[in-house]
Amino acid sequence: MPATTATRPSDELSRDQRLELFYFARLTRDIEERLALLYRQNKVVGGLYRSLGQEGESVASAYALAENDAVAALIRNLGSVIVQGIRPRAIFAQYMAKGTSPTHGRDLNLHFSHIPNGDDGPIVIGPISTLGDLVPVMAGVGLGARMRRRRLVAMTYIGDGGTSTGAFHEGMNFAAVQKLPLVVIAEDNKYAYSTPVSQQMAIPRIDQRAEAYGIPHEMVDGNDMLAVYDASKRAVDLARQGAGPSLIGVDTMRMRGHAEHDDMRYVSKPLLDAWEARDPITRYRAHLIETEVATETDLVEIEAMSRQYAEDEAGLAEADPGPDPATVADGVVAGGHFQPSVEIVRSPFRVKRGASRHTQPTVVHP
Amino acid sequence: MAVITYLNAISQALRGEMRRDENVILLGEDIAVFGGAFKVTRGFLEEFGEDRVIDTPISESGFTGAACGAAVEGLRPVVEFQFADFIACAFDQIVNYAAKNYYRWGIPMPVVFRGPSGGGFRGGPYHSQNPEAWFTHVPGLKVVQPSTPYDAKGLLAAAIRDNNPVIYFEHKHLYRRIKEDVPDEDYVVPLGVADVKRAGSSLTIVTYGAMVHESLAVAERLSGEGAECEVIDLRSLSPLDRDTFLTSVRKTSRALVVHEAQLTGGFGGEVAAIIAQEAFDVLDAPVTRVAALDVPSPFAAALEDAMLPTQEKIYAAAKEVLEY
Ligand SMILES: Cc1ncc(C[n+]2csc(CCOP(=O)(O)OP(=O)(O)O)c2C)c(N)n1
Ligand SMILES: [Mg+2]
Repeated sequence: MPATTATRPSDELSRDQRLELFYFARLTRDIEERLALLYRQNKVVGGLYRSLGQEGESVASAYALAENDAVAALIRNLGSVIVQGIRPRAIFAQYMAKGTSPTHGRDLNLHFSHIPNGDDGPIVIGPISTLGDLVPVMAGVGLGARMRRRRLVAMTYIGDGGTSTGAFHEGMNFAAVQKLPLVVIAEDNKYAYSTPVSQQMAIPRIDQRAEAYGIPHEMVDGNDMLAVYDASKRAVDLARQGAGPSLIGVDTMRMRGHAEHDDMRYVSKPLLDAWEARDPITRYRAHLIETEVATETDLVEIEAMSRQYAEDEAGLAEADPGPDPATVADGVVAGGHFQPSVEIVRSPFRVKRGASRHTQPTVVHP
Repeated sequence: MAVITYLNAISQALRGEMRRDENVILLGEDIAVFGGAFKVTRGFLEEFGEDRVIDTPISESGFTGAACGAAVEGLRPVVEFQFADFIACAFDQIVNYAAKNYYRWGIPMPVVFRGPSGGGFRGGPYHSQNPEAWFTHVPGLKVVQPSTPYDAKGLLAAAIRDNNPVIYFEHKHLYRRIKEDVPDEDYVVPLGVADVKRAGSSLTIVTYGAMVHESLAVAERLSGEGAECEVIDLRSLSPLDRDTFLTSVRKTSRALVVHEAQLTGGFGGEVAAIIAQEAFDVLDAPVTRVAALDVPSPFAAALEDAMLPTQEKIYAAAKEVLEY
């Protein structure tokens, strides 16, 4: 049920914000392109799970959050943590199992958390591999915040496959009966590894999962960044007002294999071609030009800046040392010496709000 | 006979049992069209059809419970967890439903739960675990862990023919690394029978799974130094063949227990306790354990290597026991 154009929250986005959205989506793709290069050079440890074709929905949904809100990404939601300010270097360090990574080499890819000192700064909750588990956890973050009288919104993601878990259902239901400030972005990207959505659920649209919980839900074109932003912003606003959780289904496509090793021969070429033509970044780029928000020159400049930043950050992480094996048993339980840290950075588009550029990160030690 | 991998041996057993008994069905994520994340069931959909090779939603608790129900109806389901770590999602169905049925009602529960377990390939905290001790504590479950292609095939056939729930952990780091001659035809390795993988008289090493290979390498090295180790592969943890290792310890008077899972609460503690209680009179050295450090499996190579038991650690511990 698309809202009428008159009420679209995206109408209120400034020019800088529109450009920033573009920059974040571009940066997400550029980071992953760099990672793919490092993967081919055998510098990535373990697998590489790309969000190619889905960068738009991760970025645009998280963009609806306030700076101090909480987000929990799954491995394909790099864009959401980039929006919340996680420094790309940390992502590269995680993928290369460096000692400087947020988990000091203990866990992989987007599996890290960031809890700011005090209440100032974004909350990023790291995933565990077990799908579904983040939904109840983020419901709990919402519960904790409400009890502390913070108007915080918790957002998390779930794949079409992940919605089949018991944990997803229990978490959604708990959030619904408690009216918790939770927004769940349910991504129909057509496959869960090799399994098509039709084997995962017997309902035609993923957002219909929410019917069982009696909460608001809608389905959006996941490759239309502004549509995703609009739906997310409405859900975030509802949650912040105390109206409880929402679920947003995004219609999108996983354009690579489950991970880089997977040649996805189970996906048909025509299906991929159809979605290729709907690439979210290409579409948003065209929209910016059509609506005269930006000129070709503006966008080329942003693209160059993003590519350079990703390259520089990858280079820094590559030069970082691995973890010290002598630390392996530190901090298994609280009270140990494990002191992880993530740098929170701001995009160049937020300079006007008085913050530093992404090249001068604010270091936050939790 | 043909030389096949550990992974192929598992496929062979599954295929053989499915041909032998039409009640054997498979359930799991990505096992049919895709042939499984590790390709154990490649070609099965084509041979056995979608009624018997079922791609499930990501609902471990759901398809585990469904497998138990199908077993009540007379089927012999084999459930695949994409990684052993995710068996945690089905824990309740296994330990509270499957395990307790026979004791409560006399209803047999012939279900096999397969899970690729183990570390050493930089899988991080959720793709490296060895969860066997979660299950050896539960009466009513059988737990097996093969180390060789021969045992992998024979134990899986035995597990499928058994009338009890059997947890079958296959070490994914052995999948393509370990090969040997395996008979083409059907055979079973009975559950609850250990195997002496190397004979010796100076020290008994009791182990299972991937650590059998590390222990054998250490035994070879010690043999060069004049100490002969007897390496015992438990193969089944539950039921446990105590006689084989107790007989060995009576001969060697020294025991080292090795496993890849974390030390505390690990199955090695059970073996050590049995030896201490039953063979106290013959021991010339303390029963010693080598296992992973009590930390979650870390991702980075340097950390994981520091955490896992290695040949160096097994060798050092063996020397200590030998020289005690
Ligand atoms: C509970 C659980 N079971 C199995 C897995 C193994 N696994 C990892 S990703 C994946 C597919 C996920 O598909 P989906 O939720 O649609 O997310 P997508 O990869 O499409 O983004 C599976 C089966 C897991 N991580 N967790
Ligand atoms: Mg999916």
